[in-house]
This record gives sequence, structure tokens and C-alpha cells, in this order.
Amino acid sequence: MTAPTLPDGIVAVVKRDCPTCVVVEPVLRQLREAGAALTVYTQDDPAFPAGLDPVDDTTLEVSYGLDLVTVPTLLRVQDGRETARLEGWLREAWEEFTGVRELGPGLPDFRPGCGSRTLDPGVADELAVRFGASRLRSRRVEPAEAEDEIEAAFDRGWTDGLPVVPPTEARVLRMLDGTTRQPDEVVAVVPPDMVECTAEKVAVNAVMAGCKPEYLPVVIAALQAVCTDEFNGHGLLCTTYSAGPVLVVNGPVRRSIGMNSGVNVLGQGTRANATIGRAVQLVIQNMGGGRPGGIDRATLGNPGKVGFCFAEDEEGSPWPSFASSRGIPEGRSAVTAFAGEGPRIVVDQLSRTPESLTRSFAACLRTVAHPKLAFLFDAMLVVSPEHARVYREAGWSRERLVDELGELLTLPGSELVRGADGIAEGMPEFLATGELPKLRPEGLLVVHAGGRAGLFSAIIGSWVSGETGSVPVTREVET
Amino acid sequence: MSRVLLDPTAEREPAQRPRSPRLGALAGRKVALLDISKPRGDVFLDRLEEILTARGATIRRFRKPTFAKNAPVDVRQEIASTCDAVIEALAD
Repeated sequence: MTAPTLPDGIVAVVKRDCPTCVVVEPVLRQLREAGAALTVYTQDDPAFPAGLDPVDDTTLEVSYGLDLVTVPTLLRVQDGRETARLEGWLREAWEEFTGVRELGPGLPDFRPGCGSRTLDPGVADELAVRFGASRLRSRRVEPAEAEDEIEAAFDRGWTDGLPVVPPTEARVLRMLDGTTRQPDEVVAVVPPDMVECTAEKVAVNAVMAGCKPEYLPVVIAALQAVCTDEFNGHGLLCTTYSAGPVLVVNGPVRRSIGMNSGVNVLGQGTRANATIGRAVQLVIQNMGGGRPGGIDRATLGNPGKVGFCFAEDEEGSPWPSFASSRGIPEGRSAVTAFAGEGPRIVVDQLSRTPESLTRSFAACLRTVAHPKLAFLFDAMLVVSPEHARVYREAGWSRERLVDELGELLTLPGSELVRGADGIAEGMPEFLATGELPKLRPEGLLVVHAGGRAGLFSAIIGSWVSGETGSVPVTREVET
Repeated sequence: MSRVLLDPTAEREPAQRPRSPRLGALAGRKVALLDISKPRGDVFLDRLEEILTARGATIRRFRKPTFAKNAPVDVRQEIASTCDAVIEALAD
């Protein structure tokens, strides 16, 4: 923003919509009659104040350049530059400022000003686009006259198959208000093309996904988790397997941005849940170049690849937060990225002891990927409140549940090897004599979420786990 | 509201979308001739059909119900899915 050149003397900026400006109208006339070099700029009505030849600033270019907060504002101007400023109406202050005595006889001594029109909702960003030196570097794309903006985004291959919010400069600027990062800060190197991705480009894609600005720090943390070597976003994208990033959010940010951790937690209907995961996937598609059918070679895919993000129900959980089990101090916000497929439900409406319920979980977890494949895939177990109650009442910690499941899921090699049970698929023959854990020791993630009613939990199987595939990654949410 | 959009991509491709690849030779290609229902469009397209057939192209003829409206979706989809190229007789 550059300060405008103003006429020397006294400059007043007013708007008719402001009662205080209307109150000081006779004062301005009095100043003019007293011989003050007065110029009045008007923000709304070009004819206001009558008889004072107001300068039309209905475009707000001058007001924006002056970074006005309040009207009326008086400015003292020398050599075209502002040297002093006074806001609102205070008789004494105006008299001192202008050197003219007995201003506004009969008027109240003091009236606070009103907000400058430049600060009206939605106006500031539009003005920043129109008059500010843009901080944004993205290439500008101007759809043709008759081209619909949403169709334009489809035609250019920017979408995931659903409509996107057109990423105008004003919307992107508003989105960037959600972070303290500068637009040109590189926040991640995005696979598969290994492109340096700036906060601005994340913001463009977050706008398209439908995010609010306050979601942006969560989107960035999630993207950073996905773009680590351990998580192996590149491999996850290229594989014929059908998993995608599953994002679990913990900490105060869940509540402050209105995330759902309750009813229909893994489903639709909550803006933050629906758009944060979508934003991450759009960045990977648009910045990383990971397009379905291009580098993304999933045989089947899953609906969660549009975006799969939910929050843990920490308040109702019998356990410390999931993030704290992954090393994040309680009270901090974090996102965990897990390379997961779609969720499947575990039904157990009869178990009332942790032993019984845990055996149900184990039986179902055994089927992840294939009942005869072990130590190759991780799993996330989303325990619902009614199932969690069983553990709360029995005093089982999350660690105990994981340990007990580990024991139940230590399987005889003879059942797993190729050919066993008449199934060719399975583990190599040499493993027939020993025992094999179904999951890696750190490969079972237990999260508490879901509606208050329903004796159902969910299992989300992973893509190939560990060094050869993906390791879950947790990142703290910064500002 | 501004109609200028910010490019969400890594900007590795030109802003202007490239033309579809050209056919090269006509022999063995299927070419759609689209009559938009303007007078004498058929005369023009009949002559084109003669020329293109002589060059080895297979011709399929299509017709819009009225020149005043966009081609119906099924006509566009049929052309796109069955032909390699389309020539539209635009005006009288």
C-alpha cells in the first residue's frame, strides 16, 4: 500500500452513513468559512457534505492508502504527506488541531467516530487486491468472458471431481489471514514431483477445498506430516493399493475450528472435517502432480481419498489423547497422518467385559488386508464411546488394550503360510513353525471417536507398513 | 468480485491450454461432419464429405436440431466417443 498524495492543509475523511460525520458537518463548514485550507473526502455519498465540494473517494482508494480506521478523521498535511491525525469528534482536540476556536457551538463536546468503510466485512481484502501491491505470486488465470469460474476449474484439471470454490485473490488473502506464515514461505516439498510448496499455494488449494482461514494451520501441519520420508506420501500415491492419507486431529484446535469427533465422525456433514483432508489431497494433486490415473495408480481407491480427516473425542475418552500417546504434550494441537483405506465396522453388541470385546476386535483386526497376511499392514482402531465404556469401567488403559490385542494377534505360522486353509495367499513356507504378530508393535493406533449411542467401532487398515511402506507421522499444529 | 483466479498448480504447464493433437493423415480416420441446421450447410458438408472420403477418411454425419442452441449433450458425446475429428459447418 502506498500513501496517497494529499492537498496541503487540513483533510477530513467522512461518510454520510456515520452519525458523527453528520454531526460535524456544520463544523467542517465553519472551518471552511474561517479560511482553513480544508479538503473533505467522502467515502459513500459523493454529495456529502453539501456545499463543501467533497472529493469522491467512494472507490476507497485514498482511504485505503491512508489505512483509515475511523471516520471522521482529520489529517494535517504538509508537502502532500500526513503529519498528524485526529479521529472522531472532540471539540477541544479539533480546536487545537485546526487552530480555529469555538467550533460547533451547540454540539456535544464528544462523539466517537464510526468505522471506516475500508474495514467493512469483505471490503478490506477486495481493496488489498485492487489497490495494494499484491503479496501473492501465483500465476493469474482469467477465465474467458462466457466461461463459468467453477467450470473453468474443472476444465483446467484443478478439481478432484467435485466443484471447487474459485480461488480469487481476495479469498486467498483472507485464507492467509489464518496463518502467521508469509505467503512465500515454503512449508513442504510435495510428492510425487517434489515441488516446493509455499503457504500461498496451500492457501489457494484450501480455498478451493472450501476451508475457512482458521483451518489453514491444520492443513499445513497435515501436509507436512504427509510430505515426510517416513510417511512416504509418494509411495502411497503411486501404489496400486487403495489407501490415502487419513488425518486425525487432536488438541484445542479441534474445538476452536469446530471439528466433529462425535456422531457420524467418519462421515459427511462437518465443514472442517470435510475440507481439511480435501485441501491436503488437492495440494498433492495440483502441486505435487499426483493425479488419479496419472501417477496415482490405485486399482480401486476409496471414497476417503477425496479427503479423510476427523478429530478424536478427547473429552469423552477413557484414555489420554491419541496425540499424547504419540509424544505430543497434552494441551497442544496435532495432526497424525496414517496411510489408510476406508473404515469398516466392528459390530459387538453383547460384550460387557474387556476380555470379550478385545477378542472381537482381534478377530476383526486379523482380517486387515488378508487374514493370512501378518506384519505387513498397520491398523487404526476407532473405538466408539459405548465400546470405550467397557474399558473405562474395567480400568484398562490404551496400552493394556494394545498389549492384549498384540497377544491375541500373535498367530501360529502354520495357519498363515501359503496353501494353509486351501488358500494360496499367505506368508512364506519357512514361517510355518513359529508364531507371527499380525501387526507391528507400534502398528496399532487406537483413537476414541464416534456418537454416544451404538456398540460399533471401526477398523481402518493401512497400506504396507513400516520401512517398506508408510509409517504414521504426527505433527504439531503451529500458527 | 474479481474474476481473476490464482493458479493452484506448480505452474509447470503453460497457462494457455494446448490444442488437441492434430490428426496427421486422414486415411483411416473417422471424421464427424456437424450440420448446425443453417441453410445450405448440407451443400457445404456434402462437398467436404466427397473430398475427405477421397482422402481415405470415414465420414459420420451429425445434425444439431437448431443452430440457435448448443449441440445436445448426446450428440457431443457421440461425436467425442466415436470420431477422431469434427468439422462444423458454422454459418450460411
